[in-house]
Amino acid sequence: MFDNFPLWPIRASAGAGNIDALYIFLVALSALMCVAIFAMIVVFATMYRRRRGVEAEQIEGSSALEITWSIIPLGIFMIIFLWGAVIYFHERTPPRGAAEVYVVAKQWMWKLEHEEGQREINELHVPVGRDVKLIMTSQDVIHSFYIPAFRIKQDVLPGRYTTAWFRATKPGTYHLFCSQYCGTMHSGMIGQVVVMEPAQYQAWLAGGTTTGSLAASGDSLFQQLGCSTCHRSDTQGRGPNLVGIFGRPVHLEDGRTVIADENYIRQCILSPGTNVPSGFKPIMPVFQGLVGEEQLTALVAYIKSLNPSPSGAASGTGTQNP
Amino acid sequence: MATAAITTERDNYLNHEYGIRSWLLTTDHKRIALLYLASITFFFFVGGFFALLIRLELLTPAGDLVLADTYNKLFTMHGQVMIFFFLIPSIPAVLGNFLVPLMVGAKDLAFPRINLLSWYLYIIAGVIYVICIVTGGVDTGWTFYTPFSTAFSNTKVIEAGIAIFIVGFSSILTGLNFVVTIHRMRAPGMTWSRLPLFIWAMYATSIIQLLGTPVLAITLLLVVFERAFNLGIFDPTRGGDPLLFQHLFWFYSHPAVYIMILPAMAVESEVVACFTRKRIFGYNFVAMSSIAIAVFGFLVWAHHMFVAGISLYSALVFSILSYLVAVPSAIKVFNWTATMYKGSISFDTPMLYAFGFIGLFTMGGLTGLFLACLGIDVHVHDTYFVIAHFHYIMVGGAVMGYLGGMHFWWPKISGRMYPEGWGRLAALLVFVGFNLTFFPQFILGYMGMPRRYWQYPPEFQVLNVLSTAGSTILAVGYVLPMIYFLWSMRYGKLADDNPWGAAGLEWKTSSPPPTFNFDEEPVVTWEAYNYEEIPAPLAEVPVEQ
Repeated sequence: MFDNFPLWPIRASAGAGNIDALYIFLVALSALMCVAIFAMIVVFATMYRRRRGVEAEQIEGSSALEITWSIIPLGIFMIIFLWGAVIYFHERTPPRGAAEVYVVAKQWMWKLEHEEGQREINELHVPVGRDVKLIMTSQDVIHSFYIPAFRIKQDVLPGRYTTAWFRATKPGTYHLFCSQYCGTMHSGMIGQVVVMEPAQYQAWLAGGTTTGSLAASGDSLFQQLGCSTCHRSDTQGRGPNLVGIFGRPVHLEDGRTVIADENYIRQCILSPGTNVPSGFKPIMPVFQGLVGEEQLTALVAYIKSLNPSPSGAASGTGTQNP
Repeated sequence: MATAAITTERDNYLNHEYGIRSWLLTTDHKRIALLYLASITFFFFVGGFFALLIRLELLTPAGDLVLADTYNKLFTMHGQVMIFFFLIPSIPAVLGNFLVPLMVGAKDLAFPRINLLSWYLYIIAGVIYVICIVTGGVDTGWTFYTPFSTAFSNTKVIEAGIAIFIVGFSSILTGLNFVVTIHRMRAPGMTWSRLPLFIWAMYATSIIQLLGTPVLAITLLLVVFERAFNLGIFDPTRGGDPLLFQHLFWFYSHPAVYIMILPAMAVESEVVACFTRKRIFGYNFVAMSSIAIAVFGFLVWAHHMFVAGISLYSALVFSILSYLVAVPSAIKVFNWTATMYKGSISFDTPMLYAFGFIGLFTMGGLTGLFLACLGIDVHVHDTYFVIAHFHYIMVGGAVMGYLGGMHFWWPKISGRMYPEGWGRLAALLVFVGFNLTFFPQFILGYMGMPRRYWQYPPEFQVLNVLSTAGSTILAVGYVLPMIYFLWSMRYGKLADDNPWGAAGLEWKTSSPPPTFNFDEEPVVTWEAYNYEEIPAPLAEVPVEQ
């Protein structure tokens, strides 16, 4: 109806409906409150407009009324809070077994890489009905990955991974925006998400040329950088055995226990000295400045692929700063 | 109807001394208020000019009026000028400076020379910022987010940072002066429970200025150090943490919203009481809600960071605390509305602004509930929804409050009446223009249009055109008062001491007041807002018989 003048964003993900429902509730509640307050003002302004010989009646106030109009809004606010918190919790907890897409943002483009090895720039192809988890980092400033049709947004930070997830429900092409101001061409850092039927998606996957899966390129990088000389798949290595380590708690030399999530692995590669697991010596060389973001994601994907079953723990937002 | 003719002009703070020296070296809080008035008006129109260019650029989806870099500087400098050089000093430094001593029955503020110093700091900062603008400007967004501001921007970040660092001290000194004055300089009989609600809100504002602004100063200094001396504080490649900056920045900048809105609430309480001729309904609740806002306002900063990468659980805490700070704001709206019940309401310009304030602040407050709601914020964060929300609070709320207050106290400040008809017209234009400018932005935001976009997809155009159209009406509404206020200083009808029949000590001295405010020290024996004892003014406009 409104081709050039849409008033409601397209809804194309499993989570979008919940957010729209809460939004509609809030709009209705706000409209009701506005109408109530504006109506009172209009009625009072009309009934009690100044007339000669009519004095205002002095009223001190009423504690009962004050308490009423404090407690009732507070109760309503708590309902809104809980409703919003449930949605947020769901939004921030990627389901197990989601397909993973690694995102590297830079001024002013999005580079995306699928587990199967397909690389895309400013475009993301996904099938309908599959959970997709985004593992994102930035090469320079803070960006933000925003797909209005899916109602998801997550800032993308340099120096750590942040995650988001969605399940597309409707084939089509949707906007991908950078929503955190990032410099000159911030408004040009846009792209599209193409949601396809599974069969079409398989055809698209087969059509692309890749150099093998992301984990496979991570594997060759792992050999190339010499990681495999210490991180052996038995207990004889000078470094910890990495098989099955992802998603597990690790006891560190300094007494802390951390979950080996994407950020932990990343930190261990870049500055190993701050994260030494107990029982090992801080002998690993620092790779800060030697491996780029895209090589890092390949290494992380490789280490995750060493887990026997599909990756264990959902790693939450995984944004804690170590 | 003519007011009592005054043949020979009384000695007052305006004619007490003449000459540029008598202004630039004054320690009279009323003259310093006027110095601030002139300075912030200049910056208001600078910031407004940037805003108009932004709206003109957004008239079409393509980036075609200015370059992308220019656009980024425009919205950055619009924000910084309006927030740090207009809104934060607006009501406190102009109306607060003028009225706090008068309202508590004092001769001046506690530290008159520090008061003058605060204006000079403002001017030094203003000059540095103007130099920053004319030598190329700054493009970091008013928020200075790192590492963009410290490692990537090629613009005058250090100059802007230093200017805002200095202007912060002018704000701290004003706050300090008010706190001490309110504690120590109240006239005999002016107990805490007899203070006008203006003073209560100004007190709460001053507390935030005193406690919050130093954190901003430190944060900006760290940005300058990281940029100039390569310290690694916020930049992850140098071992820093970019989220640390956001925590520090919002620790001040969220309470700063209350520095802007509490003074507007302060004005509303006085105006609503006067034009309904009633004591404010629930005086204690309105007074305490100001304090509650100041206290809770410090505990909600991370609601600006729900998608920034903070932990799930801290997001839950900051969301629930944000709802708590909404309660005292709601209390105020309900109490102003209830004050009208069985009042004797007249519709002079200040009251029209008060109606506008209540309406727009209500809408701004209610849309704040959307943003405090975690599930919704993820979608609308950093979109035009946020832009619309905070303009409803900061323009619909704070600027409406400021303009309403300027009209209300103009007779006291200048000794002249502004033209009432023009005043009402301007109030109407501001209200209509404001809504046309900013309401479409709520829809744009939910549609998904990100903020700070120089170019945008074509489906967003119609709403942007409406918004730009509204901004031109708004501009006319803002230029009009400046013209007729200036006009009235020479040609306006002479004002009585108390033209509105208002309660409050400031109306018990002459208009304009003498240099030391009161001929003899007032002794207060009555409660605030004793409107039953004050006759309503002879109406300018016909009143129904």
